[in-house]
Amino acid sequence: MYKLLRNPGHMELAMFAGIDPQSEGIARAKKLGVPTSYEGIKAILDDPEIKIVFDATSAKAHVRHAKMLREAGKIAIDLTPAARGPYVVPPVNLGAHLDKDNVNLITCGGQATIPLVYAVRRVVPVRYAEIVSTVASKSAGPGTRQNIDEFTFTTAHGLEAIGGAEQGKAIIILNPAEPPIIMRNTVYVIPATEEFDQAAIVASVDQMVAEVQQYVPGYRLKDAPVFDRRRTPWGERTVIAMLLEVEGAGDFLPPYAGNLDIMTSAAWRVGELFARHVLGIREEVAA
Amino acid sequence: MNAKALKPPRVTDTTLRDGSHAMRHQFTREQVRAIVAALDEAGVPVIEVTHGDGLGGSSIQYGFSGTSELDLIEEAAKTAKRAKIAALLLPGIGTRKELAAAIERGIKVVRIATQCTEADISEQHFGMAKEMGLETVGFLMMAHMRPPEFLAEQAAMMESYGADCVYIVDSAGAMLPDDVRRRVAALKERLSVQVGFHAHNNLGLAIGNTLAAIEEGADQVDGCLRGLGAGAGNAATELIAAVLDKMGINPGLDVFKLMDAAEYIVAPIMPYQPIPDRDAITIGYAGVYSTFLLHARHIAAEFGLDPREILVELGRRQAVAGQEDWILDVALDIVRKKRGVEGAGDAREPAAAERTAD
Repeated sequence: MYKLLRNPGHMELAMFAGIDPQSEGIARAKKLGVPTSYEGIKAILDDPEIKIVFDATSAKAHVRHAKMLREAGKIAIDLTPAARGPYVVPPVNLGAHLDKDNVNLITCGGQATIPLVYAVRRVVPVRYAEIVSTVASKSAGPGTRQNIDEFTFTTAHGLEAIGGAEQGKAIIILNPAEPPIIMRNTVYVIPATEEFDQAAIVASVDQMVAEVQQYVPGYRLKDAPVFDRRRTPWGERTVIAMLLEVEGAGDFLPPYAGNLDIMTSAAWRVGELFARHVLGIREEVAA
Repeated sequence: MNAKALKPPRVTDTTLRDGSHAMRHQFTREQVRAIVAALDEAGVPVIEVTHGDGLGGSSIQYGFSGTSELDLIEEAAKTAKRAKIAALLLPGIGTRKELAAAIERGIKVVRIATQCTEADISEQHFGMAKEMGLETVGFLMMAHMRPPEFLAEQAAMMESYGADCVYIVDSAGAMLPDDVRRRVAALKERLSVQVGFHAHNNLGLAIGNTLAAIEEGADQVDGCLRGLGAGAGNAATELIAAVLDKMGINPGLDVFKLMDAAEYIVAPIMPYQPIPDRDAITIGYAGVYSTFLLHARHIAAEFGLDPREILVELGRRQAVAGQEDWILDVALDIVRKKRGVEGAGDAREPAAAERTAD
């Protein structure tokens, strides 16, 4: 909501809907002059002007919403693990899915790490990709905590389906340090062959980081990719390690919560590209 | 607590799980068979067999297993006549999928471990384990980082999810006997289920801390043959047995058989004897995860650093269980700082060129 108000792009925030009249989000939206509803999805379905819906409810609710939104002719951008539509990571594969009526944003760890796996993949086939997402305890809500397995399954699947790794693995760690740590991700990639151009990989990764920075300014590699030799199930192999930091914009959530920021930023980016597509705007406008 | 009220604790041997760190996760089926047979014969009631970082731990981050942990679990379950086989699970690393596979291969106990502040990520795993009829143990790792009352709250959450016992886990080997007493006492006071304690020997206190826990009423304690485990290792199982026997609270362990197992089966296969040496003491002193030891040494050697610099900085950053990737990060930061340059790429090149295989 804050991102849409600050930078609407080709969108206009027409409604903020929830189911709890006491919710802090609805109160804040009201205060900012955004039309609100606490009747859940009903008010959205009833408004023909609304073309794009960001669903940040729960996987269970989204399964229901997906069907209703489709029937109402609206585009759903799914921030839950429901995954009724294809996974999208804006700089990797969104262009291929602008004709869909439902897309899924995978997980925060997926949004952060899949672009880097893909950046390697476009230079050399990837045998195995493994990511470790470390987030501040304070930024992990009850939904993540009660469904931590789903984070690892979904992210690992995204590494394969979108990142292009033959095999993916995801690990999530909650760190309770005070003051809270900024979201950190480590991406390890084992290329399928030892024949590759190291410089080309570094260049591809740099280019990808710049692309993600367009919509997540706090997205940065702490160091250039490290090429190491490790013992692996495929013999002694080159392992590429990339250390990534994601600092939030601090719109509403504190800057350490880069994990939440990258989800909402990716959602904004997806919404904007859909809006341009719907409006028939072709040229790339700086976001 | 009054000495005459002491009761024999249940001893779980975790040579084949915590020891997996020191073995760089290369235990073989034959080794598992020999160790399980000896422990079983000596009356150890629970034997833990898993990758050091729990189910699904085989990875770049923690080191790949030489033999699949599921195959090792199966071997252990086939070998044990009396002992129950246990597996460790760290939510965030392993999932219910790996737990289901381990149950299939014969585990009867699952120990579910979280950082001591994050017990609420374990609910779905306890739920599944109970549904499948397993005995369950909760592990509050890095318990030196929080006070007793806080830990009691977290332990109570695990109890509410279905834990049959909750452990105070001194993952960093950083506790003094009084730290152990107060933490075990707080859990004994708060919980209606059992309480356990898992020691590391980084400050040379593993056996003493284990005794402190037993004196406060701990129902379960952990050991490893020859102390084979992460950091300076754990309380040695044969040593626990000998001491408990002298105290008159031997829970049915054959002291000589355990000594023999340590001497003739484990000692010959150990790559080194874990002891509180310079780097291990630093781990206990700085309060970092014992498992960081070998990874920190490896990276320090590559970058020409003193492992202690890395370990102390990890402690300052409040790194928690499982954050092995921060070791490389800290090393790069130290190198950059030492060379006094902004661009990390420049700082790293020469060191990276000297790298050798693990």
